[in-house]
Amino acid sequence: MTEEDHHHHHHVKAPSKEELRSLSDTEMQKLSKQIEVYCVIMVQPKLLTHWAAALDTWSKHCDKSGVYTSENSKAFDAIDLNEKDNWTRLRKALKHAFDNAGDLRWFFVAQPTTFAIIENLKYLLLTKDPSEPFYLGKLMKSGELEYVAYDGGIVLSYEALKRLVHVFEDKDKCPEHVGALWRLNEDKQLAMCLKYTGVFAENGEDIHGKGVFNSQSIYTLIKDSMNNNPTNVLEGCCSDMAVTFNGMSPNQMQVMMFGVYRLRPFGHDFHDVLAFYPPEGSDND
Amino acid sequence: MVGACSFYFFLYNVWFERSYPMLSEAQEKAITEKKRPTNRKEEGAALLNLLHPQHADEDNRVADELYRKVRILCWVMTGPYNLQSKARHVKATWSRHCNMVVFMSSVKDPDFPTVGLGTKEGRDQLYWKTIRAFHYVYEHHADEADWFLKADDDTYVVVDNLRWFLSNYTPELPIYFGKRFKPYAKQGYMSGGAGYVLSKEALKRFVEGFRIKVCTHTTPIEDLALGQCLEKMGVLAGDSRDTLHRETFHPFVPEHHLTGKFSKSLWYWNYCYYPIVEASQVFYL
Repeated sequence: MTEEDHHHHHHVKAPSKEELRSLSDTEMQKLSKQIEVYCVIMVQPKLLTHWAAALDTWSKHCDKSGVYTSENSKAFDAIDLNEKDNWTRLRKALKHAFDNAGDLRWFFVAQPTTFAIIENLKYLLLTKDPSEPFYLGKLMKSGELEYVAYDGGIVLSYEALKRLVHVFEDKDKCPEHVGALWRLNEDKQLAMCLKYTGVFAENGEDIHGKGVFNSQSIYTLIKDSMNNNPTNVLEGCCSDMAVTFNGMSPNQMQVMMFGVYRLRPFGHDFHDVLAFYPPEGSDND
Repeated sequence: MVGACSFYFFLYNVWFERSYPMLSEAQEKAITEKKRPTNRKEEGAALLNLLHPQHADEDNRVADELYRKVRILCWVMTGPYNLQSKARHVKATWSRHCNMVVFMSSVKDPDFPTVGLGTKEGRDQLYWKTIRAFHYVYEHHADEADWFLKADDDTYVVVDNLRWFLSNYTPELPIYFGKRFKPYAKQGYMSGGAGYVLSKEALKRFVEGFRIKVCTHTTPIEDLALGQCLEKMGVLAGDSRDTLHRETFHPFVPEHHLTGKFSKSLWYWNYCYYPIVEASQVFYL
């Protein structure tokens, strides 16, 4: 695999101002229209209020969403995988997403306790080629294994998912049912399977090198920053281009939507060169 | 793009309830080193914000112009036991967007700094503190601002939105704005908790009212008493709603306004001067 060396770096950064300036207006418009995200949302009836919040809030900004549940619920429609095991369920969901992707080339896997800002995800991926294998999120390390934390959200390019679905067939490299002795969390399992296909986990970062995928809530991150950087709380906390936060209550997610998409201080203009608009006809803010 | 600044305020409503919290080592160090942002100047107990705070990537020419044209002095009602738990965060965050901020306490604190109003602490002292605070501000800073905002140490103000709203009026008008309540006063009065703002003329009349004894300390219920005094002195209770008739001053936390359903039997329904519109609001005070 010749691309192996190319992808042996550990972080994926958002495009820099220079990178964007080198593109023409038409190229930029084309890129921003082309980039489409399929959200794979793994729900469970026991997290019903989070499920409802995800449906009502950030998931509306996905170009397409697949909601995959462990068991049927009368409350909402979802693709019932009828599978209690987390790893098996994730495999089935990813396979289903791959088969139903249509033209979409980026996949974002989240749990309902995750809050995501899809526009910032699109910005991060703007100049990346989905026909190359990308597997990114919040990079974690367990012994020798580098993997992406599930609760910070997992991003897969089409190529990465394609290789993954292929290696699912290999019972030695990527078994579906793992004996209790060897059982790992599903995010580590995923990393191992992908590793066999030459795809390695990378940390998603902004142009300053700050991670944009967070496995904690904004409250926890601010609180930590208040303790560690009391004179510069915001600087020390999180990226302005954050893509995910985790562990927020459904109500807090509604407040996030208000803060991220509606609340504006008058007279401050960021002159964004790009805008990512929600899908046509979607019930959106 | 996401501005992280808006989210800081949620935190202390959720986390800080004790009056004397344990400070981390970094926080202790910062306090003793008296690290203060250099674009702030102390003028007695008042903090002058010399530069309108700006984000690295933004163009805030419009906000800057308003900063010069609509000068707001913010005074914050606080007390000695709340300085580290609450007032400190107001000082670090939104109050940097006021042209000037003065922290009012019962006891003078030259380090914070706070004004000492010479009262005791407690709910029954609120109107005394308010009377003295407005008198202090009138005596020391009347010429340095056009509008005079009172806020609690647990209020969050989007000052630039307030400026935009006030730019429609002149400070020579005897008028004041806030979250308008119905009962007990003919033209209603403004909720203390949501914050209220007086024009220069309104402030003049408030002080005058006490000089000619038309206004006295009638009751410790600060917001009502102030409203009744201003009414007697011919100051108009203004309508601060946006063009879609949505409120801009809010007496509760954002989570409550965004997700809570106000029970019809709750006092709130009977107090609100204008009909409650239960939907997302544009700006938040």
